Amino acid sequence: MATYDFIFDKLGLRGWCGDGGSGDGPMSMADLLGQTTGEDTAVSAWDTPFPSLDALHDACETIPQSRDLTTGLETGFLNIKDTLKIVVDPLTQPLSWALNEMLWLMQAVPWWIMIPLLMLISYAVGRSLKLVALVAVCFGFLAFVDYYDYTMQTLAIIFVCAFICVLLGVPIGIAMSRSDRTQRVMIPILDMLQTLPPFVYLIPLIFLFSVTEPKLYGIAIILYAIVPVVRLTDLGIRLVDQDVIEAADAFGMTDRQKLFGVQIPLALPNIMAGVNQTIMMSLAMVVIASLVSAPGLGVLVLRGIRSLELGVGLLSGLGIVLLAIILDRVTKAALARINASQN
Amino acid sequence: MSDDIKIRIRNLYKIFGDNPEMALDHVKQGMGKTELLAEHGHVLGLNDINVDMPAGKTTVIMGLSGSGKSTLIRHLNRLIDPTAGQVLIDGDDILSYNDKQLRDLRQHRMSMVFQKFALFPHRTVLENTGLAPSVEGESKKKYADEARKWLARVGLEGQDDQYPHQLSGGMQQRVGIARALTSNSDIMLMDEAFSALDPLIRTDMQNLLIELQAELAKTVVFITHDLDESLKLADHLVILKDGFIVQQGEPQHILLNPADPYIEDFVSDINRARVLRTRSVMQKTGTGTKDIAGEVDHDANLESVIEASGGDTNKCYRVMKNGEEVGILDMRTLVRALVPQGGSDDPEAARRAG
Ligand SMILES: Nc1ncnc2c1ncn2[C@@H]1O[C@H](COP(=O)(O)OP(=O)(O)OP(=O)(O)O)[C@@H](O)[C@H]1O
Ligand SMILES: [Mg+2]
Repeated sequence: MATYDFIFDKLGLRGWCGDGGSGDGPMSMADLLGQTTGEDTAVSAWDTPFPSLDALHDACETIPQSRDLTTGLETGFLNIKDTLKIVVDPLTQPLSWALNEMLWLMQAVPWWIMIPLLMLISYAVGRSLKLVALVAVCFGFLAFVDYYDYTMQTLAIIFVCAFICVLLGVPIGIAMSRSDRTQRVMIPILDMLQTLPPFVYLIPLIFLFSVTEPKLYGIAIILYAIVPVVRLTDLGIRLVDQDVIEAADAFGMTDRQKLFGVQIPLALPNIMAGVNQTIMMSLAMVVIASLVSAPGLGVLVLRGIRSLELGVGLLSGLGIVLLAIILDRVTKAALARINASQN
Repeated sequence: MSDDIKIRIRNLYKIFGDNPEMALDHVKQGMGKTELLAEHGHVLGLNDINVDMPAGKTTVIMGLSGSGKSTLIRHLNRLIDPTAGQVLIDGDDILSYNDKQLRDLRQHRMSMVFQKFALFPHRTVLENTGLAPSVEGESKKKYADEARKWLARVGLEGQDDQYPHQLSGGMQQRVGIARALTSNSDIMLMDEAFSALDPLIRTDMQNLLIELQAELAKTVVFITHDLDESLKLADHLVILKDGFIVQQGEPQHILLNPADPYIEDFVSDINRARVLRTRSVMQKTGTGTKDIAGEVDHDANLESVIEASGGDTNKCYRVMKNGEEVGILDMRTLVRALVPQGGSDDPEAARRAG
């Protein structure tokens, strides 16, 4: 009947397989097709199917179908979900809280305080009037086209998530730089986080948390954006001149003094480059996260796609680009200032 | 200047590799550096080193690249731990020190100057100079005066707020020396401290070190691969080759009595007239009753005597130390001393045989 019958016949596993032939389990699409055409399996060598789960299932019912595998994964996940939730929920609750508060704050402050404040911050970071002008023009434009609230929402989410990325990522990077073993463990994890398509993060998270909770997209953004800051902290500390470290040792510095007095300051340009990339990646992810109810400019992009409002889609896309430019320039200016003071 | 021994190194071995204990047995049975590397994949860093370093004097460790000089000096503050042996400082075995004692040793009793300066690029000249007090938690305001004093002493005034990359190499190394001096430690370790500087600056720095030594009388351990430099600075000279000591002693003595073809090679290119001192070649008792043409200081080099004699080999000089006669120098002896002597035989033959 099926191509791979002979294996089970030869190995004498027919009994283990059950009767063979039509079982009482659910029928696969292939079974149904086979039934309708009524053909029996006189397959030419050219058409031999790969011995996949489904093909083997045809020959022996005890072998599960691939469909069973995915359902298995799903039930498995749903089974551990509740226990996982007990651990993860309280742990991530502050994230929801921080996101909510920040979103509220950034929208509650009136624009005539907020925009000058952002200009002031960019001046403090970059010390460049050109930069301040850029910030003023961009935010002015976005407010002028009535996207002010959306912009502030996006910015609030990025601030919170990037801050948490730095808060967690820098210590992880430091731990990696101090032990080769930790580094060996972390690198595959970071590789995975970096290469997984962003949508894939969202799938288990949707099951884990309700879509109304901000931490759902918060976690997705953090997981996606934390990688560069971890990597570059590790790299930066490892690249610190060994001669300088030796001098620190020779003058009797403790490990702590060495870390905070020498290694971190000298790794700062690399760490800042990591922060820059982390911010840019949170921006990319916050747009995608609007699929799971993240507010902000991403919602407008989504509206543009869903209801084919071309103008809205384009304008909000432009808004995201402007935001990206501002964030990039401001962090790069900070980086340049650190570099200038060091060499 | 007493003849106390500040640092004693006893039977020190260092082997780099996965199983140094195993390799140590082979080394103790006489295996050399190349065989050890070829047969067991271990690098012999130091092989049975015994040195006494006198307090208040300069001990120079000299050898070619890879001979183990840096490895040796790093044992003195335990930046490297030995495979076997002892390092005694003021009679204390520093290998028995715990972390805290070791930090104390590095903060207060020893300081180090590095070949590549190794200044902190993110700190100003003043902050770099005050490294030792700042490690102890002193504020900048508190150590600033002390640091400025030493900066001035090495000839770097008014550069306090510069960053290291704004200074030339010679200036950076002055900061490195001021940093070491600010720790007020008795011992100063200098690993090829002047090797990265160009020749003129280098001579300046050597003179600076000699001046400082005359004033401060620290126990200096100085590493170099340059014989001229070592002869200029050394009170005690240790010559290393492939991890073991070929010869050690007073530099003038080594120059006149090289123990080994390796050292003969080293000393053959040197300007002996400039390096040798009258005290090393004079006769203690004035035998001949020749006319004394004049007086020379016991520490004067032969070049100055030749100059004074106008090249006349018949003259004799009285060698004076602190106003007293300590010997007689015959110009003929002097001229003979200018040519290297390989024992009683022809030096070339001795080298070929040995
Ligand atoms: N960490 C290490 N691992 C393995 N081998 C080492 C290590 N450090 C030094 N060595 C070896 O020990 C030997 C002595 O090295 P060291 O750095 O002390 O030489 P050096 O005399 O200071 O040379 P240079 O003049 O080039 O600085 C060399 O053969 C070197 O390869
Ligand atoms: Mg060296």
